[in-house]
Amino acid sequence: MDLDLSREQQDLVAVYHAFFLKESPPSVVRSAEPCGFDPSLWSRVTRLGGPAIGVSEDLGGGGASLVDLVLIAEQLGSSLAPIPLLEGMVAARLLAGAGDSGRKALDRLTGPDPAVATVALMPARGGRARMVPAGAIADLVVGLDGGDLILVSSEPPIGRRNLGDSPVADRSFGVERTVLASGSNALDLFAIALDEWRILTAGALAGLGTTALGLGVEYAKQRKQFGVPIGSFQSIARDLADVATAVDGARLLAREAAWAADGCHSNSPALAGMAFLFAGKTAQKASGVALHVHGGYGFTLEYDVQLYYRRAKAWSLALGDPRRGLRALAEALFGPEVGI
Amino acid sequence: MDFSLGEHCEVLRAEVREFLAEHLTREVIDRVHETGTAHDWGFYRALGARGWIGAAWPKEFGGQDRDPFEMTAIRDELRLAGAPTDGLGQSLIVARTIRHVGTTDQKQEFLRPALAGEIIFALGYSEPDSGSDVAAAKTRATRDGDEWIINGQKMFTTLAHEAAFVFLLARTNSEVAKHKGLTMFLVPLDAPEVEIHPVHTMGGERTNATFYNDVRVPDRYRVGSVDGGWDVMTVALTFERGGFGLSESDRVWEEAVAWATATRRDDGTRVIDDPLVRERLATMRINNEVARLLAYRTSFVAARGDLPGVEGSMHKLWYSESMTADAGEILDMLGAEGVLRREDGDAPAGGWIEHLYRHAAVTTIYGGTSEVQRGIIAERGLGLPRPGR
Repeated sequence: MDLDLSREQQDLVAVYHAFFLKESPPSVVRSAEPCGFDPSLWSRVTRLGGPAIGVSEDLGGGGASLVDLVLIAEQLGSSLAPIPLLEGMVAARLLAGAGDSGRKALDRLTGPDPAVATVALMPARGGRARMVPAGAIADLVVGLDGGDLILVSSEPPIGRRNLGDSPVADRSFGVERTVLASGSNALDLFAIALDEWRILTAGALAGLGTTALGLGVEYAKQRKQFGVPIGSFQSIARDLADVATAVDGARLLAREAAWAADGCHSNSPALAGMAFLFAGKTAQKASGVALHVHGGYGFTLEYDVQLYYRRAKAWSLALGDPRRGLRALAEALFGPEVGI
Repeated sequence: MDFSLGEHCEVLRAEVREFLAEHLTREVIDRVHETGTAHDWGFYRALGARGWIGAAWPKEFGGQDRDPFEMTAIRDELRLAGAPTDGLGQSLIVARTIRHVGTTDQKQEFLRPALAGEIIFALGYSEPDSGSDVAAAKTRATRDGDEWIINGQKMFTTLAHEAAFVFLLARTNSEVAKHKGLTMFLVPLDAPEVEIHPVHTMGGERTNATFYNDVRVPDRYRVGSVDGGWDVMTVALTFERGGFGLSESDRVWEEAVAWATATRRDDGTRVIDDPLVRERLATMRINNEVARLLAYRTSFVAARGDLPGVEGSMHKLWYSESMTADAGEILDMLGAEGVLRREDGDAPAGGWIEHLYRHAAVTTIYGGTSEVQRGIIAERGLGLPRPGR
């Protein structure tokens, strides 16, 4: 067992931490609202490593493992950076495994000025994929349609206004489409991509929770009521201590899921589901407690904690009702539900 | 990064399972259940004979020089099998504390027999009037030449009726602040001046109230310096929250899944196919995984040679609180028959869920209540100001 980061991983975290701290402070997050995308931040982050950073080097990628990617995701989530990096990472890895057409499309993600790519999390119905993350900015969308794995390369539509001010849009799967894979191969490739999305989003949510907790703790140390810092009240300290524990658990679980996926362990799909569900719940709790600690100010747009509160819920919902997610996890743990 | 205990631990796990198949008999489990004493001498001596009590200890103390994760693997297997481990747990806390702060003579006298499974220790911190405020202990130790005379009462002295010594917190100085006048002793429990009264718990465990009436203890059984007991306690408490790996919650989850898979309702459906059951068991599995990771992190920090204070508190808080909540949830999923006890003979999941529901509550209390753990996390982990100052 070794829960420490390697020297390279520590460097990776330091680089991205410094980058997001400087380049994506809350003012940048705010000015990107409501569309949820900062093109200039995107072009700067791709100089550190574009969406293909998790693709093997012989395909023009950066050769990073999922553990490396989840560490980046934590930093991205901590800063709420308005860029489609996680979506791009998942799409790039999916394209890398999706035959010649996939590899060809991957070329557009490996260069110095990479395209924006994403994955439609829910299968298209009637030629339309709904609520595609980064769908309002992505040039390339990969998703399932009628059992086929489809690549759509088209002009993104206007986004839909949403809770998290994320660049979400519906995408047409009827035009400019390429079939990347069919049958069980398509389903298998897509299932892996979905698990990778779950793992990376779990990392981002753990990062979000960490920052939200920090906001609550700092405020509790400074804000005085009844003549003392409110952090000295046990009812406030209690909630923050519970959140600190859960956030550490969420981070460990996301990293474990990434490690298990890197090693192709048999329990990796279950861990991906656990990591995503737990990180979502934890990020919501963390931002909820932090908001509450701020009292009335926390509810105002002026204070940053609302940025985290809204996104914690919005990111958790991208795959649909989390209780259905729990049912899907149960299927990974206990097998499919059987009738009489 | 590596989240597995390692290949060598898998080999050891298999050996432990083989050992358990032979030594953890139905009789042992029934006896533990009936007496409430989660310690069995026959089983414990056999464990000691294999060298597994001190598996991760250096050979000079009778250990096997294995790495700490091998000990985690051993404890995980004992847990999953439902083996009695109170004696093991308490004795290792005291043994580790002796190794940390004890004299050469104390190490010589106590560590080998403890690791061989010949003696066990009890913990004597709490008193009728001091639990969380453990430093307010009133039990007195008065010096008399080369001896100390102990007078007072301890509560929750679990296994005092089986242990050779109690690791006792006593007041040696009333003139100074309460934390600064405490000293730790190893008090022989076979002294005639010690009275042991059983206290029975909701969880079916037997613990004890112990009374000390002019008990004489040689000075060589003092652990740490005179009036330096608080520092010794802090070390011991950290070891107590040391995060060992799996818990009773993991074992009962397995029992529950096996039962739900094998059991059909009147309408012919399997219990495991009920969405309400699946959701609860999946939620419990997530909470258990988080508990395991927080435990392993604690072991990892300890293995590096650091004292995992905040990490241990986080593990203790998480596993005990989530286990208590989940025990209630999975008891609900059994419906009206969930209330049936093991003694009924036909209780769902062997009555283990009902038992967990009764047992889990104590885990949020012993070793420092959840409130105490939250205080440690808030102050030492998050740097929040202390209350009321």
